[in-house]
Amino acid sequence: MCLAIPGKVVELIEGLSNQAVVEVTGVRRRVDLGLLQDDMPVPGDWVLIHVGFAMSKISEQGAEEQMRMLRMLGEDQAAMDEVRGYGLNGGE
Amino acid sequence: MAASDMRYVDEFRDPEIITRTAEEIRRLAEPHRHYRIMEVCGGHTHAIYRFGLKDVLPANIELIHGPGCPVCVLPMGRIDDGLELGKQPNVMFTAFGDMMRVPGAHGSPLERKAAGMDVRIVYSPSDALKLARTNPDKHVMFFAIGFETTAPSTALTLMRARAEGIKNFSVFCNHVTIIPAIRAILDSPDMRLDAFIGPGHVSTVIGCRPYEWIARDEKKPIVVSGFEPLDLLQSVVMLLRQLREGKAVVENQYGRVVPWEGNRAALAAMAEVFQLRPYFEWRGLGFISQSALRIRDSYSAWDAEKIFDVAGVRVTDPKAAQCGEVLKGVLKPVQCKLFGRECTPERPVGALMVSSEGSCAAYYNYEHRKAAASKNDLAPV
Repeated sequence: MCLAIPGKVVELIEGLSNQAVVEVTGVRRRVDLGLLQDDMPVPGDWVLIHVGFAMSKISEQGAEEQMRMLRMLGEDQAAMDEVRGYGLNGGE
Repeated sequence: MAASDMRYVDEFRDPEIITRTAEEIRRLAEPHRHYRIMEVCGGHTHAIYRFGLKDVLPANIELIHGPGCPVCVLPMGRIDDGLELGKQPNVMFTAFGDMMRVPGAHGSPLERKAAGMDVRIVYSPSDALKLARTNPDKHVMFFAIGFETTAPSTALTLMRARAEGIKNFSVFCNHVTIIPAIRAILDSPDMRLDAFIGPGHVSTVIGCRPYEWIARDEKKPIVVSGFEPLDLLQSVVMLLRQLREGKAVVENQYGRVVPWEGNRAALAAMAEVFQLRPYFEWRGLGFISQSALRIRDSYSAWDAEKIFDVAGVRVTDPKAAQCGEVLKGVLKPVQCKLFGRECTPERPVGALMVSSEGSCAAYYNYEHRKAAASKNDLAPV
């Protein structure tokens, strides 16, 4: 729950406000960008995700560091389980 | 002590900078002083144990683990209350995976699931709402926990539920706020602290201003920190510099992620949906006034505490377990009578052993196992 997972915004989902497809090490899931309304990310931007919601924009380097950090903490698997779990495995 | 003593030094991006920072810490720490620095956030606690930072710091710098693990500070009675609601006919109990093994007085959510209750793990509150959409004949109750890092997501989910007019969804709200917990710790007579390492991700939401009273009124330095070993060591340097100069200000070491003003949209969502409870019980810290969030009346149709009768159970922790003392930093995990014997990550008695951010689990996984391993290494072959 307290994992901050770095992901790359791939596309904004049309017709659904603030929803985007975000990719985390090859896994694509729907993430909510509603908490970044003041500074809306665009495809190509990197974000830190908490419980399915992007909470801050970060740099690509920051994203790499965060993923490495999760690996070192032994939480990378839990992070990927969480990402795969978004959307109840439906992935839509 | 050289940085080569660090356990995982080869993984660090730049061991030389680590060595230099460790040297600077030793230079700044006055030998006759004993420093007690609290890291508020459970994520920091985990990182500190994982990277063996205790071994890098001089002996007179003591890191005290704070209350920033949401699973750990939740009193058992709230788990029982939540599970009681889950027993109501047609209710689906949903919660984050972290909650599933947390013991209530009559078992954990996972054990209730095994006994036939409809319990589902969700990874996001929006997925609990999705379950409500796809299960219109069920009432989906989301057991919400967390500090300001997760509360905005619950708030947005409730705003969406209202906008869509989804009727079969509710939130059992256990969100807490970090500032009153820090105040309670500072007010605690058996606690003497010199400085704080401020939480990283909570601060992305609340920013740095809410900590200003800690510096101004309590004269304690606080540095909001990142999670890498170098971040944490740099934060210690910044704290020691302040202490040396007799200063107390808020500094932001994690500026690459934490904006000074926080996240305005997240704060607005929280203000729309939540208001402060007059008081809330914390495990180990007791009742703290204005320390938790409840759902505003304008959202009462989605407030599990309004929809259902909540018993308001109060359960005292198992007598032998000393979670409260450990949580306050008065006892080290290993000083608890149950630690590593009755209470292990595999069979937790207290919540601090459940979450990877709980100081008992962190201590067990890194210190206890290491000690056990080195004992085996020395055993005659």
